[in-house]
Amino acid sequence: MERRLRILIAKPGLDGHDRGAKIVARALRDAGMEVIYTGRRQTPEQIVNSALQEDVDAIGLSILSGAHETMFKRVLGVLTERQAGDILVFGGGIIPPDDVAELKRLGIVEIFGPGSSMSEIVRIVQEEIRKRRDS
Amino acid sequence: MGKRDLKAAQDRWLEGPYREGLRGRGERKKAFATQSGLPIKPVYTPLDLEDIGFDYREDLGFPGQYPFTRGKDATGYRDNFWIFQQYAGFGDAEEANKRYRFLLEKGQTGVSIALDLPTQIGIDSDHPLAEGEVGKVGVAIDSLEDLEILFSGIPLNKPRQISLVANSVALIGLAMFIALAEKQKVSTQDTILRIQNDVLKEFIARGTYMCPPGPSLRMATDVVTYCAENHPNWLPMTICGYHIRESGSTAIQEIAFSLANAMEYMDHVHRKGFAMEKVLPKLSAFMSVNMDFFEEVAKFRALRRLWSTLFAQRYAIQDLSVLNFNLVNFTAGSSLTAQQPMNNIVRVTIECLAGVLGGCQSLFPCSMDEAYCTPSEQAVNVALRTQQIIAHETGVADTIDPLGGSYYVESLTKGIETEVIRYLAEVEQRGGSVKAIEQNYFQEEIAEASYRLQNEIENRERVIVGVNEYREKEETPIEVFKPPRDTAEKQHSKLKRIRENRNNSKVKGLLKEIERVAEGEDNLVPILVEAVKNYATLGEICDVFRKVYGGYEETAF
Repeated sequence: MERRLRILIAKPGLDGHDRGAKIVARALRDAGMEVIYTGRRQTPEQIVNSALQEDVDAIGLSILSGAHETMFKRVLGVLTERQAGDILVFGGGIIPPDDVAELKRLGIVEIFGPGSSMSEIVRIVQEEIRKRRDS
Repeated sequence: MGKRDLKAAQDRWLEGPYREGLRGRGERKKAFATQSGLPIKPVYTPLDLEDIGFDYREDLGFPGQYPFTRGKDATGYRDNFWIFQQYAGFGDAEEANKRYRFLLEKGQTGVSIALDLPTQIGIDSDHPLAEGEVGKVGVAIDSLEDLEILFSGIPLNKPRQISLVANSVALIGLAMFIALAEKQKVSTQDTILRIQNDVLKEFIARGTYMCPPGPSLRMATDVVTYCAENHPNWLPMTICGYHIRESGSTAIQEIAFSLANAMEYMDHVHRKGFAMEKVLPKLSAFMSVNMDFFEEVAKFRALRRLWSTLFAQRYAIQDLSVLNFNLVNFTAGSSLTAQQPMNNIVRVTIECLAGVLGGCQSLFPCSMDEAYCTPSEQAVNVALRTQQIIAHETGVADTIDPLGGSYYVESLTKGIETEVIRYLAEVEQRGGSVKAIEQNYFQEEIAEASYRLQNEIENRERVIVGVNEYREKEETPIEVFKPPRDTAEKQHSKLKRIRENRNNSKVKGLLKEIERVAEGEDNLVPILVEAVKNYATLGEICDVFRKVYGGYEETAF
């Protein structure tokens, strides 16, 4: 039997608005995945450590404060440093359209802004993880 | 018409014309309910008022009179409109000062200071954890110098009110404003400073906490008691339901949990032996105005009635006129959509209208672009104009509490009140707000409500225009504002210069003294005023608090 997908949901930086992060965590869990939520104010290093410890397939990052450029890049950077570039990273929050394009170019698989549907998040996360496993 | 006749007529109508009218189609929804889940009947009549035991004098009274259902002031908006506000702040103090001057010139009557996240959690701009956050969601304030720049050319007595979004760091914010008033040679009697200072809601909802709930409560109440004795014109605490609602609660939970927090603070002040008649009138309440129009109006009316009746009882208040508060309404950021952002102007207009009909004293409309970024100048201008149009063109401000007496609104007001009382009993039974926070009670209740709402949207039981219905293939792009990128560097060099130029041994001594006061029971404000005047930085002072009280880490969820 295929191992259940494991996802880490994290809030990097100082932003405390975690409504979206908690909703996504619950939606992924209800869809049968194992979800670990780190809580607020995590550094990129802490996030990557938890991801490795928990052996997750994907990391979901949520930021509403505008610190996404710095924080998302650093999480990707630390993942590469720790040779864990195969872990999929997706994001969400208040992120201007131009930045979404840039973050995707850097390797964030998808950015889910306000109004994203939970079923779509679940579907995309599942598909992308499977794609990576198969490749 | 007598009660029995009316009942019979209503039944005939329900069974007759109403049922007839629905023939073939049935009702549009399986069940009609407010966003909080209160059932809604097809029509309301005087029978509903009888059912809730409605009594004009007891439930409404007159505007400006206990139990204040019809409004805080006897004059409503007939003498003056509410205060037009706008949340603002980004970048460094120079940048934010420019935005404040722009808004004051456009007719805004209050100044609201948004602080960036490092400032809100008590770290300096050059702290490693501040990376990427400096000047982003608010202005960076590291020392008194930043506040001096922020208000250069704006005497503190010029705006009708200045509000400061400081919670964990409210004590330091207060100290800095006392020092600034002295520097500007403006008496604190001639200014109104409203400090948010509701730290408990940070643990429940917004997350900018610094120390554990217990010591945080002490710091918050030090602000209240110090102002009561020394700056009686200032508003030292604003109970915030807004963030509770934005984190996903219902309207009922929003006011229930805010009231629970208010009681926790006031119990603390009461135990210290302060005259509640002096303290209570200086509180204000900062609430969300969301999209469920009538429920929102009823919520504000219920909140005023609950506030006055519950506090009257709890502290055996003799002078009932003190059981009042300034209602500060802020439209719901979370109701804005990234899809078809121009539609947000309409949403904000409706919410502003509900805020005004609910009888607010200040109103903050969101800007249409807030699902993308910190508001642009154009978006913020439209938001300000929105409330000016409501004030001057619609006539809704010409009579006081125009929805008072509506069978529906009064029934809803009572319905909300009943549910809130149920929640308050639960919190009381858990030992009060701090205990309930430690037990994760509020957090779990809110997460549950927020997931329920999201599922309703997901299943299209609740239509959000442009999101789950009426979508466009192509989005029309709007202007996206970006705060300046060099704020962090500017703050770093400013901090370096401050630390080089001030009297460092004096600052060291003052920090030691803060530690001593923090360990004891005396009010912390006087020593903090000394420290900020000597340019001790916010981060240095907060390090002392973290040393004495410890930091705080939440249990994840």
